[in-house]
This record gives sequence, structure tokens and C-alpha cells, in this order.
Amino acid sequence: MAALRQIAFYGKGGIGKSTTSQNTLAALADLNQKILIVGCDPKADSTRLILHAKMQDTVLQLAAEAGSVEDLEVEDVVKVGYKGIKCTEAGGPEPGVGCAGRGVITAINFLEENGAYEGVDYVSYDVLGDVVCGGFAMPIRENKAQEIYIVMSGEMMALYAANNISRGILKYATTGSVRLGGLICNERQTDREYELAEALAKRLGSQLIHFVPRDNIVQHAELRRQTVIEYAPDCKQAAEYRTLAQKIHDNAGKGVIPTPITMEELEDMLMQFGIIKSEEQELAELQAREAAAKAKAAAAA
Amino acid sequence: MPQNALKIKDHADLFNEPEYQALLSEKRANFECPHPEAKVQDVVEWTKGWEYREKNLAREAVTINPAKACQPLGAVFAAAGFEETLSFVHGSQGCVAYYRSHLARHFKEPSSAVSSSMTEDAAVFGGLNNMIEGLANAHSLYKPKMIAVSTTCMAEVIGDDLRAFIQNAKKAGSVPQDFDVPFAHTPAFVGSHTTGYDNMIKGILTHFWDGQTREEGESINIIPGFDGYSVGNLRELKRILDLMGVQYTILSDTSDVYDTPSDGEYRMYSGGTTLEAVRAALNAKATLSLQADCTTKTLEYIASKGQQVFAFNYPLGVQATDALLVKITELTGRPVPEALVLERGRLVDAYADSMNYVHGKSFAIYGDPDFVTAMARFLVEVGAEPVHLLATNGSKAWATALEAEMAASPFGQQAKVWAGKDLWHLRSLLFTEPADFLIGNSHGKYLEKDCGIPLIRLTFPIFDRHHHHRFPTLGYQGGLQVFVKILDKIFDVLDTKTAKTGISFDLTR
Repeated sequence: MAALRQIAFYGKGGIGKSTTSQNTLAALADLNQKILIVGCDPKADSTRLILHAKMQDTVLQLAAEAGSVEDLEVEDVVKVGYKGIKCTEAGGPEPGVGCAGRGVITAINFLEENGAYEGVDYVSYDVLGDVVCGGFAMPIRENKAQEIYIVMSGEMMALYAANNISRGILKYATTGSVRLGGLICNERQTDREYELAEALAKRLGSQLIHFVPRDNIVQHAELRRQTVIEYAPDCKQAAEYRTLAQKIHDNAGKGVIPTPITMEELEDMLMQFGIIKSEEQELAELQAREAAAKAKAAAAA
Repeated sequence: MPQNALKIKDHADLFNEPEYQALLSEKRANFECPHPEAKVQDVVEWTKGWEYREKNLAREAVTINPAKACQPLGAVFAAAGFEETLSFVHGSQGCVAYYRSHLARHFKEPSSAVSSSMTEDAAVFGGLNNMIEGLANAHSLYKPKMIAVSTTCMAEVIGDDLRAFIQNAKKAGSVPQDFDVPFAHTPAFVGSHTTGYDNMIKGILTHFWDGQTREEGESINIIPGFDGYSVGNLRELKRILDLMGVQYTILSDTSDVYDTPSDGEYRMYSGGTTLEAVRAALNAKATLSLQADCTTKTLEYIASKGQQVFAFNYPLGVQATDALLVKITELTGRPVPEALVLERGRLVDAYADSMNYVHGKSFAIYGDPDFVTAMARFLVEVGAEPVHLLATNGSKAWATALEAEMAASPFGQQAKVWAGKDLWHLRSLLFTEPADFLIGNSHGKYLEKDCGIPLIRLTFPIFDRHHHHRFPTLGYQGGLQVFVKILDKIFDVLDTKTAKTGISFDLTR
């Protein structure tokens, strides 16, 4: 068996990170890879499509019930879903209380120390939103994920988040072996989305590993709590995920140390693409509109 | 009576003077608004019964007087046993003050450790800057050969990554690139001081051993584990090993740093395992841990490097010392010398001389799992009967194993093992099912006072008696010390009891 490969999916909340990762991992399972998914989101929805149900028993919830994480067994928290993919969810506190970041640390330490990583080819972490605190950087620490894949889209906030996550990776990459594997653009059908994603990937010193087109079949599958790979294995969208899976599989060891850009540089880039406008431009347009309205009023009078 | 400068009353007497007594009772009556004495007594009596015991044992949401400390304490102790090593605890200051004072109060020696002094801003922005500046300061002020980094809860909750931080600090020039900075994550809210000891020893070995190739030699390694008697015990252990002519390395030798002489020179560092020896310890034939519970992960790591590993449970008394010596002989081919055989015979002779006084006496024991196991075996060996065996940091597996072992001995029939229980639980146990004696540490003095069961201090921490740690408890000589301590208490109690009537208040016992 090849050495254990550990990857992580990061991205802004609501970007379709869990959907993308689960579809891709299901496609990887079709390539006969043994996979463990570690959901690092207190909402515990990173494995729903693989398990066909929301995971009920999260590591932290069971640990809280048992009194301590030492009282748990791996079997209690690992469920098996589509094609033998092993799934576990860190879980975490209700919104507004406690520390979800510490939960990620506790859960990952528990899984690693209790042999959950044995006998699998891939461990994949699905991590909530931004790298908001040290706990959410746990999968980036040394000897954890080797490559990070950032799920993004052509929306400004998603681009902003992707750049931010790169900054988090950079912090650890300079002292360790974690690398940025690439960007995955989950199409939102914004203006010039593909070009923009590619340009950002280039600025980050990385690659746009795949552009996943928008297709309603993903939602249809999701309503049935399935991945597209399972729901419609022969459809076009399934083929897209298979391509992405193959690309990630072939991308081992090819990650880079990202070169995140400043907020100004990011805004400049968005201006070039016409996503946002400079103040001067906006002012000029406003004046033009006002002048036109005046002229119109004058003509009417 | 006001204090007289020529004859100052000690506080133990002073506050019993009439004016202080009047003041205290006035305060009680006018400001404390207490329940009537009779009511208080009723409740006190109720807490001694079975009904309260059941409620107490069912208690879930609160721990009262746990018999354990936290991980970083164990890590600081472990690191102290290496040559000129400074403990650097990444986190807030108060925690580090606690480890230092805890160790200083026990050993009556200064205990040096520094903190990265994290405050509100570090909690928000992460403690990297504290690490960078802290390492630089610690290195230039205290000139250690090695800085061993552990963590407090605060750094753990915000998820500071020591490996990355230390590398960043080295890049920033805090300490030279090749300066040894081993580390261990030691969240205080997980495990106990024995876990912290394990993590730190593993961290130090990993630092020196990873990436090196092993060439098996003849030497053996010994990891003593967290031990309040380390000063006496390690000196005794070294004497035994030298007598046997064994090549050995003690991994974390705290015997000198916690016992420096008063000769006008202040020693911030003293003795300890040399860094060279730690490096070379990779090539040892085998590693023996004297306390299994303190070295779970460490032994796993050492075994992964290809060494044989063996774990003992704090070898106390004849059989346990025998097992240790037999294993050392088996590994090194060095026979047990005549001198040790004689010591063994003398200990057996001592058992025989006094056996009628210990026979059938019942004991409650609490402490770390290895100590409790060792003490229970020792008592069974001398014909005494363990009743309650309690370890707050004991696991269910430990309890099951010890219970089975006790059940197999005619002297262990009454023994009940209590894992994860605290000293308030023990209070209920002692009231409902009393023992003749209690073996533990200084914290047991409140149980002694409450339950009227004499306490024998034999494990860490011992704050209220001095110099016990200078004498061994391990080996045949240590066994004798322990035996004498127990006997002294038995005779004291017998004298006190018989003094009332004069019957059997004998000169010779």
C-alpha cells in the first residue's frame, strides 16, 4: 500500500465545499481508494451524502456524554458509507458557546491516536469556512494534510476567503510540509468566472485544478442525500467529479507554497476583471447618469 | 496577651489565646450567620453514612479534592531531569507559578521554569510573538543547554502549534538553529501529570532520535516515571546498577536538581541526564520503564525504533525488586551481586521480625496508578490487607487488572479498586468501610483528621513533612524504609491506644 495521503478542503461557508468534497471523494472511491473523511465543522454535515443521513454521533458529542474523549472507541464514531468510505464528524458546540476550534484538535488527536487512520489510502478533512483560529488550522499542522484544496467561486467574498486561507497555509508551509494543492472553482455563473479563478490561482502561485460547472443534477442528488456519483453515475456532472478526483490523485507531491496577495492587490485584480469598479470610475458613472437625467428633464421641459 | 518581642508565640499557639478566641467567636456569631451547631452536627453525621456514600459515589458534575495534578506539572518534572535544561511553558504565568511552587514545596528546593506569559492579546492573536521573545529571553538570561517547551490550557485552547512556532522562533533568531528545543503539547484538561510526563519524555526522545540510525549496543535505558521520591530512589537505583556493573542511562535523572547542597553556590541546574547520553540512548538494547502509566506513549515510540521495552509498576518490596533485577540480569547478562542478595535477605528478615504487627492490618491507599498497584502488592507481601485502592487518574483497565490480582491473593480479598474517584469519595468509603491505616500524600491529612484514620505519607506531594524524598522507597533498601515507616505508625497507634489504660503499654514490642 502506498503511503497515507492526507488532504483537506477549505473554503468560504456556503460555497459548496462539502458537496464538492463528497462528490470528489466518492469518485476517488470508485478508483478503489480507501478513504476516511474527517468532518471538521460543528454542523457535522460533511458526510451526509456519503452516509445518506446526517451523522448522529459526533466525536465530541459522544465524548461529552461519556465524560471524556478517552472513554470513546473508534468504532463508536466511524460509520461506513458509499463504497466503504469511512466517515467521522468532529462535531462541536452549539453556535455561540464553547470553542469549536479546540473540538477539531481533540477529535483529530483522538482519531489519530486510536488507529482510525490505519488501513486507509486517503484521509480527507472538510473544514468549516475560513481558518478562523488555531484549532481550524489543525489539519494544516505538520504530519497532517499534505495538500490543501480551496473550494471557491467567482464571487468577491469567495475570492477574498481563498486568499485568506492561503495566508493561513503560508504560515505553516514555511516551517512544514503542507502545500496548496490548488483551487477548485465551483461555478456560480458570475462574470468571467473561469478567467478570474485562473488569474487568482496564478497570483497565488498555484493552479486552478478544476472548474466544476453548475448543474442542477447536483441538487437533485443532494435532495436524495446522495452524491451525483451514486445518483447518476453516468451523467456529465459525475464525469466532471471523476476528472477532478483523478487530477487530485495525480497531484500528490505537486503542491506549492502559496503567495497570497494583499487586499489592495486583490481589489485591483477584481477591477481589472470589471467585478468591482474604482472610486473614480464609479464617480464618473454617477456624474454621467446625473447629467443624463438632467438632460432628459430639460428635454421634457 | 499581646506579643512579646523577646518571646514570640508561634501562630499555632497564638490564635488559641483568649483575645483571639473571643475575636473569632464574635465573628462567627455576628457575621458568619451559621446554622445552629446541632444542625451542623446532624449533617456531618449524615455525611458519614451509607445513604450519603451512595449519593457521593453517584456524583457526576463536580470533583472534590482530586488526587492528581495536571499535565504540564509532569512535563516540567520530566524536563528537569536533563542536563542544564530549562522548562519553558507556553501559556499564562499563573500556571507556571503553580508547577514551580508545587515542586518547591515538596522538595524544599528552588524549581526553575519560565513562562511565555501569554495575556489577552496573545489569546486573540496567537502566542507566536510570546514564543519568539520568550525563547530569546530565556536563552540569553538563563543560559540553558536545552529548553523544553510544554503548554498550558490557554495555548492549547487557541490551538498554538509548537512545532511551527519553535521553527519560526529559530528563524527569527531567538535561539541558534541547532539549539535543542524539544517540545510536548500538554493540555492540562486531558489526563494528569503522569500523561504530561509521558508526553515530555516522548517529545525529548523524538527530538534527539528522529532521523538517526540505531546501532544496538549493550546499554539499557531506565525511565523512572513521575516520582516524589526521585532523589532517594534514583541514587538507590544507580547504586544497584553500579553494583551489578550494568551500563545504563536514566532518562530524566532528577536526583541532583531537586537536592542541591547549601555551600554558598546557587545551582539553577544540577546533574541530570546529559544530552549526549540522551542521543546515545537510541542505541540501547532495551528500555525499562519503572512506571507503566507514566510511559505509555513513550514506550510505544521507543519500541517503534527497534528497542525491547518493559514496563514495571514502581518496584516496591521483595518480589517487585526481584522482578526488576531478574529482567536486568536477563538483558545484560550481569548477575545479581552478593551484596544485593544479602540486602534482600535482610529485608525478608525484617518482614519476619515484625510480621505479627502488620498481619491482618487493613489499609486504604491512594495515589498514581503505579504507586497504588505497587503499594497494594507490598502490603499483600507483608501480610497486610488492602481495602480501598483509589487513583483519580486510574483507568478502568488499570482497575480491572488490579482487582483481579488482588482477588487472587488471600490478603487481597477485601480489596476494592476505585478508578477516577477523588478524596471526597474516599472520605465516604473510609467512614462506611474503615481501614486501620491510610497511605497517601499530604492531602490525606484532612481525611486523617475527619475519619480518625492514621495517615502514612508515602507519595507525592509531601508538603508537611520534610526530607522524606531523600530516602529511597524502591529496591530492597527502599522496601525497608517503607516497611519501617508503616511499622512506626502501627506502633505509635498501639502506644497511644494502650496508654489510656496502661494495659499492654509495653516496653518491648
